[in-house]
Amino acid sequence: MMTSAKPNALHLGILVVLAALFFVLPAYHVGAFSRIMVLAIYAIGFNLLFGYTGLLSLGHAMFFAAGMYGFGLSTNLGGLPVVPAFAIGVIAAGLLAFAAGYLALRTVGVAFMIVTLMFAQTFYLVILYFGEYTRGDEGFIVQQAQRSLFGVDLTSETARYFTAFVLFAICFLVMARLVQSPFGKRLVAIRENEERARMLGYDVGRLKLMALVVSGLISGVAGAAYALLFGYVGASFAAVHYSIFPLLWVLLGGAGTTIGPLIGVIFMFYLIDVSSGFTNAYMLVAGLALVLLTLFAPQGLAGTLRKRALRWLP
Amino acid sequence: MDFGPHLMLASIEGAVISAILVLTAMGLSIVFGVMRVVNVAHGEFFMLGAVFAWAVTTTVSGHPALGFVAALVIAPVLVGCIAAGVDRVILKRIGYDVDRTIVATIGILYIVQQSTLMLYGPEARPVVPPFNARLALPWFEFGDNGFQMFWPWGLSVTTYKLFVIVAAIAVLGALWLVLTRTKIGLIMRATQQDRDMAQAFGVPVARVYSWVFGLGAGLAALGATLVVPIQQAHYLMGGDPLLLAFIVVIIGGLGSLPGTVIAAVLIGMSDGIISVFFSPTLAKIIATFLVAMVLVFRPQGLMGRAAA
Repeated sequence: MMTSAKPNALHLGILVVLAALFFVLPAYHVGAFSRIMVLAIYAIGFNLLFGYTGLLSLGHAMFFAAGMYGFGLSTNLGGLPVVPAFAIGVIAAGLLAFAAGYLALRTVGVAFMIVTLMFAQTFYLVILYFGEYTRGDEGFIVQQAQRSLFGVDLTSETARYFTAFVLFAICFLVMARLVQSPFGKRLVAIRENEERARMLGYDVGRLKLMALVVSGLISGVAGAAYALLFGYVGASFAAVHYSIFPLLWVLLGGAGTTIGPLIGVIFMFYLIDVSSGFTNAYMLVAGLALVLLTLFAPQGLAGTLRKRALRWLP
Repeated sequence: MDFGPHLMLASIEGAVISAILVLTAMGLSIVFGVMRVVNVAHGEFFMLGAVFAWAVTTTVSGHPALGFVAALVIAPVLVGCIAAGVDRVILKRIGYDVDRTIVATIGILYIVQQSTLMLYGPEARPVVPPFNARLALPWFEFGDNGFQMFWPWGLSVTTYKLFVIVAAIAVLGALWLVLTRTKIGLIMRATQQDRDMAQAFGVPVARVYSWVFGLGAGLAALGATLVVPIQQAHYLMGGDPLLLAFIVVIIGGLGSLPGTVIAAVLIGMSDGIISVFFSPTLAKIIATFLVAMVLVFRPQGLMGRAAA
């Protein structure tokens, strides 16, 4: 199709730039971008639910943490190699998303936000309660020996960057495709007018549950990837902060746009990185960003760009 | 100590928790009832109240009671003014849209919390209670010599804790009188029932909203001022009251004030008793999950009517 030529070029261009950055950037920023790409996967997962389906979950940290702990515990306690452990992490996140969605989607609006928040809080407390295995707040390290794939040591800077890149590229392209598919269009229809979507004969409840499960799966991929590439698993990744972060990234970058999550993560990452050099109260920046965004740019950077200049922006 | 006296001690702790909780949750409930705003920053107004109370009591010299009385007035009023300002500058401009107010109040939460960290620091600071005599409590038992009264070792309460309970009841009574018997209450109830109609009848709705938001935050700050002599002022102390207040407001039925009071007493008492006898983490897990379930299967709360 002609209409999708520009977005496709944009997506491929972004991936080419990300791959090229590895050879251009100094070492510190290469490390930062490995992290940014993993977090961007998380933001992409959140965006499907919040940006496209219009459901605001305040408990996504539980899916991220499920992926992280699913991977971390099965390598550390179960001694499994990377691939099955990774799969366990992602499946754990998906199952949790299904269970949480099955219950939480009975509610709408404010109640949905509070229920997801409380499920995530329960999950966080459960991690603390089983401190014997999870080491609670302190967390645990995934040993370097357990972090190699097909003989490649993933702890080296190069391997880490390109693993993050490949995972990001897959999620990014799959999501770009998914939101243009009939499934994605139906989710947007629910966001725009749930009653009308229902009246047109779509099974709204089922679609919402599917969106939540896919969103949870992708968040689980991000969590498992984080544990795999950075070797640390801790309860702080299940805390409220990590449910708020993806909201912040997606709002900043532009909810309901394919490139928004990545833009949001890059901006927020460097904003916090710079400000934490000056003060330990770096979350102040996050707070200010949230308030200013709701006041002046509710559509985020990519959303505003789409509205002002580039109407074809996906 | 035997089980009986132990339980009594736990109940007194529970009553103190309930007293603070009822004030905090009432603030949240009024804001939600009148404005339909879910104020995620409510816990931070609580924390701000405690920090201001500390600031006032350390500046005022002389008898600790003098400083404390000053704090009891100044902290809630100051926090109320800040909240009213927040309403004017932020919430009003986003038109009280449900999703956007939640996101904005999450932002306000971080702004208030992190500014406090910068200006006040990460230390927990105590406030001297104005009076703190220890009262021994008697226990009655039916023993070999018939009904007898004795004084078990360790069964006691401080006068300050009793004062907290009495003060909370007094504030609650005053609030009830204001809401049901005065013109201010009438205006608030009118705004709650139908915002547009109230506006048509000349109620300055925008101003009422600012006052209500200030009142809600002020109630949280008042609860915090009462609690600082027992629990120290710290910049992260807002998290637990927020979660508990949310739980109370949900269980009580969103927007139902009598429901809020009953739920606060219920949750506060059980929190006090459970945390004396069981692992606090396990208690929190069960409580949080159960509340989520209440919301899933009975969204109108235990006391609320079906959503209008």
